[in-house]
Parts: sequence; C-alpha cells; structure tokens
Amino acid sequence: MKLTLRVWRQKGPEDKGRMVTYEVDDLSPDMSFLEMLDVLNERLALKGEEPIAFDHDCREGICGMCSLVINGTPHGPERATTTCQLHLRKFKDGEVVDIEPWRARPFPVIKDLVVDRSAFDKIIEAGGYISAPTGSAPDAHAVPVPKPDADRAFEAAECIGCGACVAACPNGSAMLFTAAKVTHLGLLPQGQPERDSRVVDMVATHDDLGFGGCTNTGECTVACPKGIPLDTIARLNHDYLKAGGKR
Amino acid sequence: MHIDESFYGSGEPIADTKAPAGPIEERWSERKFAVKLVNPANKRKKTVIIVGTGLAGGSAGATLAELGYKVVQFCYQDSPRRAHSIAAQGGINAAKNYRNDGDSVHRLFYDTVKGGDFRSRESNVHRLAEISRQIIDQCVAQGVPFAREYGGLLDNRSFGGAQVSRTFYARGQTGQQLLLGAYQALMRQVDAGNVELHPRHEMLDLIMEDGRARGVVVRNLVTGEVRSHTADAVVLATGGYGNVYFLSTNAMGSNVTAAWRAHRRGALFANPCYTQIHPTCIPVSGDHQSKLTLMSESLRNDGRVWVPVKAGDDRRPADIPEDERDYYLERIYPAFGNLVPRDIASRAAKNVCDEGRGVGPGGLGVYLDFAGAIERLGRDAVAAKYGNLFEMYERITGENPYEQPMRIYPAVHYTMGGLWVDYDLESTVPGLFVIGEANFSDHGANRLGASALMQGLADGYFVLPQTIGDYLARNPVGAVPAETVTAAEAEVQERIERLLSIDGDRTVDSFHRELGAIMWEYCGMERTEEGLRKALELIPALREEFWRRVRVPGSGDDLNQSLEKAGRVADFFELAELMCVDALHRTESCGGHFRAESQDEDGEAARDDANFSYVGAWEWTGPGERPILHKEDLAFEYVTPSQRSYK
Repeated sequence: MKLTLRVWRQKGPEDKGRMVTYEVDDLSPDMSFLEMLDVLNERLALKGEEPIAFDHDCREGICGMCSLVINGTPHGPERATTTCQLHLRKFKDGEVVDIEPWRARPFPVIKDLVVDRSAFDKIIEAGGYISAPTGSAPDAHAVPVPKPDADRAFEAAECIGCGACVAACPNGSAMLFTAAKVTHLGLLPQGQPERDSRVVDMVATHDDLGFGGCTNTGECTVACPKGIPLDTIARLNHDYLKAGGKR
Repeated sequence: MHIDESFYGSGEPIADTKAPAGPIEERWSERKFAVKLVNPANKRKKTVIIVGTGLAGGSAGATLAELGYKVVQFCYQDSPRRAHSIAAQGGINAAKNYRNDGDSVHRLFYDTVKGGDFRSRESNVHRLAEISRQIIDQCVAQGVPFAREYGGLLDNRSFGGAQVSRTFYARGQTGQQLLLGAYQALMRQVDAGNVELHPRHEMLDLIMEDGRARGVVVRNLVTGEVRSHTADAVVLATGGYGNVYFLSTNAMGSNVTAAWRAHRRGALFANPCYTQIHPTCIPVSGDHQSKLTLMSESLRNDGRVWVPVKAGDDRRPADIPEDERDYYLERIYPAFGNLVPRDIASRAAKNVCDEGRGVGPGGLGVYLDFAGAIERLGRDAVAAKYGNLFEMYERITGENPYEQPMRIYPAVHYTMGGLWVDYDLESTVPGLFVIGEANFSDHGANRLGASALMQGLADGYFVLPQTIGDYLARNPVGAVPAETVTAAEAEVQERIERLLSIDGDRTVDSFHRELGAIMWEYCGMERTEEGLRKALELIPALREEFWRRVRVPGSGDDLNQSLEKAGRVADFFELAELMCVDALHRTESCGGHFRAESQDEDGEAARDDANFSYVGAWEWTGPGERPILHKEDLAFEYVTPSQRSYK
C-alpha cells in the first residue's frame, strides 16, 4: 500500500518547524505505524537526508515512550492503543496522514517528533510515592487490602506516563496523569500517611510547571491508551479539598 | 570432546573469593557481618555512579541514596520509568509459602539451580532465594498493587512449570508495577537531592585510574555533548544483550555498549552463549519486522500447541481434522505436555518447522489453540484469564484468537550471560559492580520464568547496597587526574567522528539485520560446530564492511538516533564474535545452549559435567584477536547435578 505522510520537521528547540510531505509506497498492511517510519527513515538515510527523529522503545505498548499525534489524535485512530501497537491495516491505501509531536507548553519539542516530558518526572518527584525505605517493610501479609481497592488501585497504576492526556487536552492539563498516581496510592492502606501532602504537592508542582487547569472536557481519558477513567480526577479533587489544598 | 584452541587462548582460573565457606544458609549473614561499614557521616562523601534505571538500577539508586551515599545515575530513555523491565509480564517468584504447598527457600534454591542446568553458583542462588521473601514485603510497602484474593491477601500462581505456586503478579504487567515502585522510590531521592539524575544520556566508556573503575564517559543524547563523571565506584545495571540478534523481545534501544566498553577495559564477560529463546512470541510478519512481541507463557496453561501432521499442509486450521494434527509437545513429553520448560518448547517448535510443518507466512510458526479451553471453560472464562493478551494478539496480527488458533514462534528474550561478578557482585575490575541482567550470576544456562524480576530487585535493593559499602570503606580514593578524564573523552569523541565520517552506502539497520540473521541461524536455538565456524568467518567480514560502508547521516552535535544505533551495532559485532567462540568451545548442550553434536538417543540435550562444569569468563585482547578463557569451577555441595527430564 501507499501513504502520503505530512510530518512535522523541526531541527531543534529554536527552529520554527514545518510540515514536510513524503510519499511512501511499497508498504504492507501488517506493518506497525512505527515500522512504516523505519522504512521511510531507511530511504531518507540512503538519500543522505536526515531521518525523522521520533521517540519509541519497547514497541509493546507499555514503556510509554512513543508519542505521535496522528491525524490530530494522540496515538492515532484506534482506541486504547499506543502508536507502537497501531498497524497500517487501520489506514486506507492512498490515505494522507498527518504526524505531529505532542503539543503543550511544558513539553517543548527537542527535534522533529521528540518532546521533553521530564515535567512528568517532576510531578512524581513532588509526592508520587510512598516513603518506604528499603528494609523497613513489615511482612507483606501484615496489612490485608480489600480486593476491590487493590483492583482499582491497579487500574489507576496502569498509567504509562506517555503524555497523550496532555496532548489531547485543550487546556494542556496533566490532571489525568496526576490523578492516576494520587488514586493508585490513595486507595491503598500503605498510601494513607502521605495522602494529603501528596495531592497538595503534586497539584502545586503540576501548576508550577505550566500545565493548564482541568475543566472536565474528558478528552484525556478518550486519548489514554490505558483507559485511565475520568473519575480518577474526581477522586483527586476530593482528596485535594479534603487536604485543605485551597489555601 | 573437541575444543579448537585456534579461536581462543587459555588463562588462569578465577575464583569467587568473597563467598564465605560454611553452611549455605549462613553464608549471606556471615558476609553481611564481615563487610566493613562506612561511617554514616562519611557516606555522603562517597559518590556512586549507576548506569541504568531498570529494576536493578532503579532499586539500587533509591537504596544507596537512602543509605546516605551520593548517587549519580544515567539512562538512555527520556525517563527512568521506561527501562525495559517495564515490559515483563508474568510475575516475580518468592519463597513465601503463603499457599502452604511445600515451598521453602531451599526449594526455590533447588529449582533455580536445577532449572539453570547446573551452571550457576550455589552460594549466589541460595542468597537470591532467601532475599526473595523480603522483596515482596518491600514492594507491597511501596504500594505495588499485586493481585489479591477476596480476603485481602496476596494471590499466587504457578508459573513456568513450577510445581508450587510461588509467583506474585499484577495482572500481565508485573514488571511495570515493580518498576514504577522502584522508580517512585528513586524519584523521592531525586527530590531529596541525594540522586543526580541524567536521562537521555548514554554511557560510552568506563574511566579507569590506577586499575580501578572511577567513572564514565557519557554522551548527552539531546545536545551531543560528550563529558565524563567520576566517582568512588561505578555500577552497571544496563540489562541484557538480546538485540545482538536484531529481532528480539527487547526494547529497541536495549544494547550491550556499557557492558562491552567495561569488558574492553578489563571486565571478564561470562557465558555469553547462554541466551534464552522464549517459545511463545508472535511470529515475524515480513521483512519490515523491527522487534518481536512476547505472549505470556501463562497461555500454555490452557492453549494446546500443534502443527499439521503432513508437511506443506496449507489448509485453514479449522479444516484440518483432529487426526491430521500433531500435538507434538503432548506426544513427545506426556508428563509435562504443553508446559515443558522454555528451552524445550522452543526447540521442539523449531524442529517441526524444520520438517516443513510450520504454519503461517514463511512456515515459521506453530498453532497455540484455545478451542478446547473455550469449549471446556466457556468463552467468558477464557476471556477473563487471557483477554488482554488476546486483544494484543489481535491488534498486532489482525486475527481473532477466539475464532482461530494463535500462531506463535520462539524469539530471543533474555540473556543469562553477562559480565562476570563475584559474590559481592563486583566484576574483575575493582570498583566496577554489575547487577541485574547485565551480570551472569544467578540463572546458570537457563532462567526460570518469573526469576528475572526477582534477581534484579534482589541485587538492587538488598545485595549491592551491602557489598558496595565494603568496597567503599576499604578503598578510599583521591581525585582522578584531569589527563585521564580528557584522554577518555577524546577517545569517545574520536570514535563518534569516525562513525560519522565513513559516509558509505549502507544504513546501520541493514548491517544490524544482517548480523542478527547470522546469529539467529548459527548461534540461535541449535548450534553446530560447522555453523559456528561459518559464523566466525561471516561476522568479522561484516564488521569490516560496516566500518567501511556504513552511512550515518546528521551530525554529532544534536539528537541523532542513527549515530546512537551505529555505536551500539559496532559493539554488537564484537560481542557476536565472542558469543560464537563461547558457543563453539562449549561442546556440551546445557540450558539455552543446545549443541547438535551433544544429544542423547532421544534427541534431548546432553550435558557434559566432566568437562564443562565451569563458568566460562572471557578476557578481551583486542578487536579480532583471540579472547582468553578463564574458568571458574562450579562445585555442587547441596544440589546433585542430574539430567533434566520432562517426559
């Protein structure tokens, strides 16, 4: 099959960037989307042109490194699927496909389709953990955890930190990402002692980093490849108010 | 036995000098008591460099920082949370015996030594089994959401043919949840100012001073800047080298460069030929294939593996009647059936495909059929157990496994070999410690399912933080002279410029694919003397061509993914040669290393304990030069070596 790609090319953070069109033929519907970019990059390299830079690593939908906006949608048209798991059989022969990076102020473009997501690490750094120094733990069975709580905590903990929620949000908010961690840890008995400070500190850092506020548009949960539910944000708001965060 | 010494030389034997003698269950306690301690006030004056942020590196970084050391840590990914440990699916073993089914530290120790085909070190494995219990406690305290039962206690499952249920899991995402636990602990220390973190940095050389590891040269992958960092000790937690095969279940960026650069600086590389080929991966769909995806081994609990009886039978699976199907694992191994260990299942799949009975494109696949399970348990029950895996399969192949059997084929998954370490996890370079998959220590010639996560976290949370203290207390060091640092940086810079200046007519990937095909063909599931000799002719020729014809576009001054790959592939060439030499010299079959010349009358692997009960640790002598073999003899005091049988 054949596709016409319009790809965002940007030499570096200071460059303005532009869309560049590439005709790519001789593709197989069994290729993954990123394998299609591999094929294009091989052809570019042989012509002496610089290949398109894009982030990717595990190619199994779990590391969270891949990050493309495809035809205006983070991770492309297939629901609950990361870019690396998207295959060309989801596209029509001859289709025009736009490929852009995540766009949000706290995620500056490094080059082409690669953005800097270290802001996410800073949000976790602010409180997305349980303080349990190595060696200090009681027996794993000392504190039973009701199965429904454990299951819901797991559901929130599935977040892969890719940033699609931010790319999808009209406000550039990272509230779904933040709420997923607040929910995961806040549902577990081990997470209770730091529950208040966690939510307050993480939200403050989120705001300081320049992420926008949440207005419950729900775009984030639709774009989320792991289907993190929107009610995690309600939970965050609940915890935040309870913690007296509105100082 | 026939060993051809034209490929390598023989050196002095080596020994693990740090493991105490005495009863095995007291050795770790004794070692911990014997270590010299670093005064709390002095800890913050000691800097430790850690390369890698997976389960081993992440847990080590967090723990060393909690102890008060200053940690400087690097990873090539954009965040420590993305290290490839994240992709581990199945679970983590621990000898908790919560099921009251007869598990114990001794049984886990025994199973691991036996599963490793008697090619691992008893002292290390016993320590691993002891520590396994603490790991679960630690992870639960951090908030790892393991699967639980309705009473609120942790659930367990049996995994990889183990006869007890000792595997803790978090759906099919255990690696992810454990890594996030370690990552969060690490980020807490970053926030506290105890860890200086450098993501998007790749280690390109080890800095040596006075015979000791004193630092690393790294390249900032965003700006291209090459600079060095010095410390009191260096820890490598850089994972395995499965990507030497090009196609593997490893992440695209997984590479051997850090370990290989250390090897070139004097660290011995042990058992490089021990690779694990996982039997249940999604087959290759075409020449464009960039990596392979694992389907959890748990599928073999309910799926039945088969191929057509007749070679070349290309009917749709549903049209092949029952009596024209060969459920070959059940036929050959009636006792274990579809649950035989990984190496055996993989080789059996290769054999039936070699007979022309493989299915799917290129005939490189076998069926994993759930029709019987769906009939017996109902579609809903099968979906509850394997739903997410079935979805993943459908996403990748476009085929619905509820309606037609899955197609699977073996793929490179894990490497048991790695840098040689002693009981303290210190390599043969003083001050260089190696943890996790990057070392060779605990799995012998074959790793059991759900044991990789256990080893990574045991090394990082509990072993290294104790043993490295002993080294730091006994070896105070001064500053590294500026000329040493400058020279190391210059060497790295020179190599980068050399790669960029070749300006040939072949891409890095085309070389990597060709190297991978050679390795898969001759140093894959089945190895022969003839094939390995062939590989040892092909690889140096291809390596030479690489340095003449590779084309690396772009510059070294910014993000250049082609340049990153080129450096890694260059190191894979040198590793590939060593793997083939190791595989050639080990004329026995053991674990993941099957030599066609060494099999019994039934075609099963025949180990040769009389001649090969040792760790083969190799010394670097120069590019294209004969490596030197150092042997560490293995003594079995507690588990008597026996031939594995699954019939």
